[in-house]
Amino acid sequence: MNDLIETIIESFQTLTLNKMRTGLAILGIVIGIGSVITLISLGQGSTQTIENQIQSLGSNLLTVSPSRQNDRGIAGQSGGGNSLTITDAKAIESKLPKTLINKVSPEFSSRSQVVAGRNNTNVSVIGVYPTYGEIRKITMDKGVFISSHDVLSMTKVAVIGPTTATDLFGEINPIGKTIKVGSQTLKVIGVTTSKGGTGFNNPDDMVYVPLSTAQKQIFGRDNLSSIAVEATSKEVMIQAQDAIGYLLLKEHKLNIPTDADFTIMSQNDLLNTVSQVTGTLTTLLGGIAAISLLVGGIGIMNIMLVTVTERTREIGLRKALGAKKKTIIAQFLIESILLTFTGGVFGMVFGILASLIISKIMNIASVISISSILLAIGVSSLIGIVFGLYPARKAANLQPIEALRYE
Amino acid sequence: MIKVLKQTKIYSVGEVQTIALDNISFEIKKGEYVAIMGPSGSGKSTLMHILGILDMPTRGEYFLDGQRVSQLTEDESADIRNKKIGFIFQAFNLLPRTTAIQNVMLPMRYANVPIAKRFEKAKKFLEIVGLENRLDHNSNQLSGGQQQRVAIARGLAMDPAILLADEPTGNIASAQAEEVMNIFTKLNKEGHTIIMITHEPDIASHAKRIIHIRDGRIEKDEKL
Repeated sequence: MNDLIETIIESFQTLTLNKMRTGLAILGIVIGIGSVITLISLGQGSTQTIENQIQSLGSNLLTVSPSRQNDRGIAGQSGGGNSLTITDAKAIESKLPKTLINKVSPEFSSRSQVVAGRNNTNVSVIGVYPTYGEIRKITMDKGVFISSHDVLSMTKVAVIGPTTATDLFGEINPIGKTIKVGSQTLKVIGVTTSKGGTGFNNPDDMVYVPLSTAQKQIFGRDNLSSIAVEATSKEVMIQAQDAIGYLLLKEHKLNIPTDADFTIMSQNDLLNTVSQVTGTLTTLLGGIAAISLLVGGIGIMNIMLVTVTERTREIGLRKALGAKKKTIIAQFLIESILLTFTGGVFGMVFGILASLIISKIMNIASVISISSILLAIGVSSLIGIVFGLYPARKAANLQPIEALRYE
Repeated sequence: MIKVLKQTKIYSVGEVQTIALDNISFEIKKGEYVAIMGPSGSGKSTLMHILGILDMPTRGEYFLDGQRVSQLTEDESADIRNKKIGFIFQAFNLLPRTTAIQNVMLPMRYANVPIAKRFEKAKKFLEIVGLENRLDHNSNQLSGGQQQRVAIARGLAMDPAILLADEPTGNIASAQAEEVMNIFTKLNKEGHTIIMITHEPDIASHAKRIIHIRDGRIEKDEKL
């Protein structure tokens, strides 16, 4: 043990003698480990953000969407968007047992230009039932959400997301103001609380209107773009999914499941798919970064081989004075491990800083996990062993007399 | 103690064969002070390397303390070099960028002597060679004579039975050479076996026995 500490101190002294060379040798490892950590933590961060976003959309959620329908091999109308109607939503709510499903939310959404005074923005306008807010756990920052009365009386009201509110009204309180969606003028009755989302389906950047208003007055359509169903518990999700499927097949007078003109996605399906995709991406990125690590390792091997050649006389002397093979191997192996380990530590710091900076600038989350740090340290030490072994063995196998004579 | 039996060493470089030692036999007893003399190329350095188990003869046997050296493994040889033989090389061969005391401590490290004891002993040996004020000087900060004395202290570090010195005065001034010879005489009186290679007759005259070598053969073996 003492011997090991001594060898480590000695190796450290040897490595600090030629700082420039040592620095350049570990640079490859620093970059390799750094990029692996950066990419993995950004990858994991994105995965987590997406998963959180999906989960924040509601729990135990099943989404029924229209799909293109095939009629005896003849493709149905493209877009297939018209197969779901409010009748379907009502059937699900009334004909399925309360032990399976809790709430049903028919939805119609479309992107549209929304104007308020001089400001305008392009957002998702979504026609909803009050259940939408309950299922999606929407809370109000100001005012109230769409009520049953609004839906029944087709009132011209709207609830807007906080991002939309800022875009259209700046710092002014939007409650009571009017916005123009298409040809219709709507009164703002509420602003939702921020959910902190980003991207295309950002719940913070939406305009909610009563479903009837959206369908009849704004867009002039009578189909639904989706029906969200909240199952009573996680355990009955699959059962509920099947029940909805059979019910809708019957409602649509279809016989075989392959003819279905709708799809039912559970939130778990979505989560799994997303996790799979982001997981693959993270692995791929990590793999690319690992190549730079390999190149770094080869650099270490190269520098160790040069060191062994340079110090041939020293090795001969050490053997003459009684150093055994394993002592020489240990000496050079520890030197290379020290190189790669130091590189690993610097690489880790570099990786963490880089992922923090990138996540700040690009506004994506990063997760620095203990496992990736341990991985970095472990992998870098392993590289030291793998790429240091050959040079160390080469040193140990030198014959003392040949080594002493070496000029 | 040392028994060399019909040793031949042939170096082959391509087709050319050079005979460095030609069927040489001799014995050296414990406590002897032997000088091996001969012109350059006579094979004396080769002989010293074989005696120090740094090299192997092509033919013939070498017994050290009754042990057949040709049967030793590489690590066993290293162990014997460490414990029984003290080397003093012509070119000093100190570790560069390393202090005098660390150089002397090195062989003890390979024998797993605890660090405190190593330090204490190394200090003592550096005092013997008169370098107590130079313990922490790097080897390249020392003069040739001082470096040679560090090398002697290192050779003594493990209290070896045999001290092998290759031209110990070859690279130092004559005043310092005398000093080194005094150290050798003192060590021999304390019971160390000393084998010294030289081509200078007045250096060899300090020994009690001189083996003259020419063309790989013993030309003359005289007791003084």
